[in-house]
Amino acid sequence: MKRLSAIAILFLACTKLAAAQTSDNAFYTYASLTHANGEAIFHAICQGCHMPDAKGAIGAGTYPALTGNSKLASPQYMAAVILFGRHDMPSFVSKPSDHKNFFEDAKLSDAQIADVINYVRTHFGNHYTNSITAAEVTAMHPQTAAAKQP
Amino acid sequence: MTRRDLLRLIGLSAGGAAMYAAMNRLGFAAPSPYQGTPALQGAPRGTSVLILGAGLAGMVAAYELRAAGYKVQVLEYNQRAGGRNWTLRGGDTYTELGGFTQHCQFDRGLYINPGPWRIPYHHRGLLDYCKKLDIPLEPFVQVNYNAYLHRANAFGGKPQRYRTINADYRGHIAELLAKATQQSKLDAQVSKDDQALLLDSLRQWGALDKNYAYAAGPATSNRRGYAKSPGGGLTAKPLDSQPLQLHDVLTSRLWSGLTDGEMIEFQTTLFQPVGGMGRIGEAFGKRLKEVIRYNAKVTAIHQDDHGVTVSYEDTRHPGRAQTAHADWCICTIPLSILSQIPMNVGAPMTEAIGAVPYAASVKIGLQFKRRFWEEDEDIYGGITTTDLPISTISYPSADFNSKGKGVLLGGYAYGLDAYQFTALTPEERVRKAVEYGSQIHPQYKQEFESGVAVAWHRSPSTLGCFATWTDELRDKHYENLCQIDGRIALAGEHASYLPAWQEGAVTSALDVITRIHQRVVAGGVA
Repeated sequence: MKRLSAIAILFLACTKLAAAQTSDNAFYTYASLTHANGEAIFHAICQGCHMPDAKGAIGAGTYPALTGNSKLASPQYMAAVILFGRHDMPSFVSKPSDHKNFFEDAKLSDAQIADVINYVRTHFGNHYTNSITAAEVTAMHPQTAAAKQP
Repeated sequence: MTRRDLLRLIGLSAGGAAMYAAMNRLGFAAPSPYQGTPALQGAPRGTSVLILGAGLAGMVAAYELRAAGYKVQVLEYNQRAGGRNWTLRGGDTYTELGGFTQHCQFDRGLYINPGPWRIPYHHRGLLDYCKKLDIPLEPFVQVNYNAYLHRANAFGGKPQRYRTINADYRGHIAELLAKATQQSKLDAQVSKDDQALLLDSLRQWGALDKNYAYAAGPATSNRRGYAKSPGGGLTAKPLDSQPLQLHDVLTSRLWSGLTDGEMIEFQTTLFQPVGGMGRIGEAFGKRLKEVIRYNAKVTAIHQDDHGVTVSYEDTRHPGRAQTAHADWCICTIPLSILSQIPMNVGAPMTEAIGAVPYAASVKIGLQFKRRFWEEDEDIYGGITTTDLPISTISYPSADFNSKGKGVLLGGYAYGLDAYQFTALTPEERVRKAVEYGSQIHPQYKQEFESGVAVAWHRSPSTLGCFATWTDELRDKHYENLCQIDGRIALAGEHASYLPAWQEGAVTSALDVITRIHQRVVAGGVA
């Protein structure tokens, strides 16, 4: 799937277009998102905040870079952040909707969470050799972890 | 004696106030939480309050506290007042996180509100400030029976008029219920007398014929629209339209777009400031010109027995730390950012600040060479909903029937769609919005001129759209978030039960200044 390049296009202007063209990349629906791999998920979701080059951004607050960041040494830490959210970052854990919000949360499976972590940790200048499995992510769910207690 | 008789007696004998109080107890009149501007009397001379953020919450607090005799100063990250109360107009420049800069090229008088864009009639706090600040309002059209309901897989992707789906959905349900009544299937639930009334009401509600059928005829055309509308002269005779089948209405799922306008926040009447929602923030900013310091990025908040010291830097000269000091601090910085700023409050408030995620939302404004939605499709204001990623097309509620150009809200996305729009460059967001929108309005391709797209997670001053509380989070953290911690208290939409609404910011600010004032007058700190 072709996604935008990492080039920051400055001074875009208000986007004069001769005519709308057919795009080569359709949006994921909640249903089709379940088929997205780690790379596709990064470019469809994560880069909104962490930026296409994974370098993060700084305004009144900061979006952490996902490159040159020592916290990436722990794939479990990354999994916890994606599963449970952190500060303003929403949780992406797959849980049944309580239908209380007027919009539906985006959800990722444990396999997808593992895959996007492994993708980030081997791209953008990251060269980690270890990886995380879907089963390891599953083990981090509170209910799974609780079930393991004697 | 009926409840109504009782009320009339109370009204006769005890007057309007007693009747109103009684109505409240009996559940007729819901009181607004807004009690008017608090009268803050007896502020000790020289007491100072430092306010962080010149959005609506911060400026309401500054405005009222200054009027009450407090010494106020406001630090604001942006170089403008208003925060999320904001209008993008032609000539404006906006740089989002990542350095993507847009130059809005809309024509004079045309605009888009990237943040809040409508004011419900019961948001009395905000309406009061509009009155105080002399901000002219005009109606905001929410429900437009001639706008569309659209789903890519319904009716071959052909958008349907709201009135058509509304009339047919309702008419078929009325017919079914009438049949069930006539076949005595409701005898256990509804008395015979009530069944007669129910049938009468169903005929009116669903535009049923004399046999309680929902069928083509003048009565249904008058709801769903005519095949040929009545006119004058020789070719004047109207032609009735043919209702859709119940099965087609149900399987289209377009009924899911029928009830938005029935929610209390979207019930008629709604308003918008003439010239853009940003008029409110701009007017506040003008009144508070002397006390707002712009381009100030807060880096630390520290309180001790003597007051609150806030470290900040001028965004134009980063690295040079400056400080501001006051007896008290009202912090309206969004939790998305505040959770990253060192601040010595207790663990309960710190945990609350770090617990609430921020929603993704994207709005896209598109300028077209002509107002084709009015000229070609008789759509004046209101909202089209779609299951395409743009989710919403909203037609301007200003300059109706005028010649020349117009700006549509060409997309208003939440959830997964918003994430994906956010992940694109602004240029691509606009291109996508034009592409998707042209499935509903084919004129897009011919008439499109320019656009702007604001993705709230890329907004440097908010890092998100609004605080997404859940019931669980509120139970655990909301009260801790709203407590005064020593000399520091928080305000903003995040400190309200009106998430994302400006009224939440206004009422939370009024609540917090009232409580701080009580403490100040009582002469103490927690």
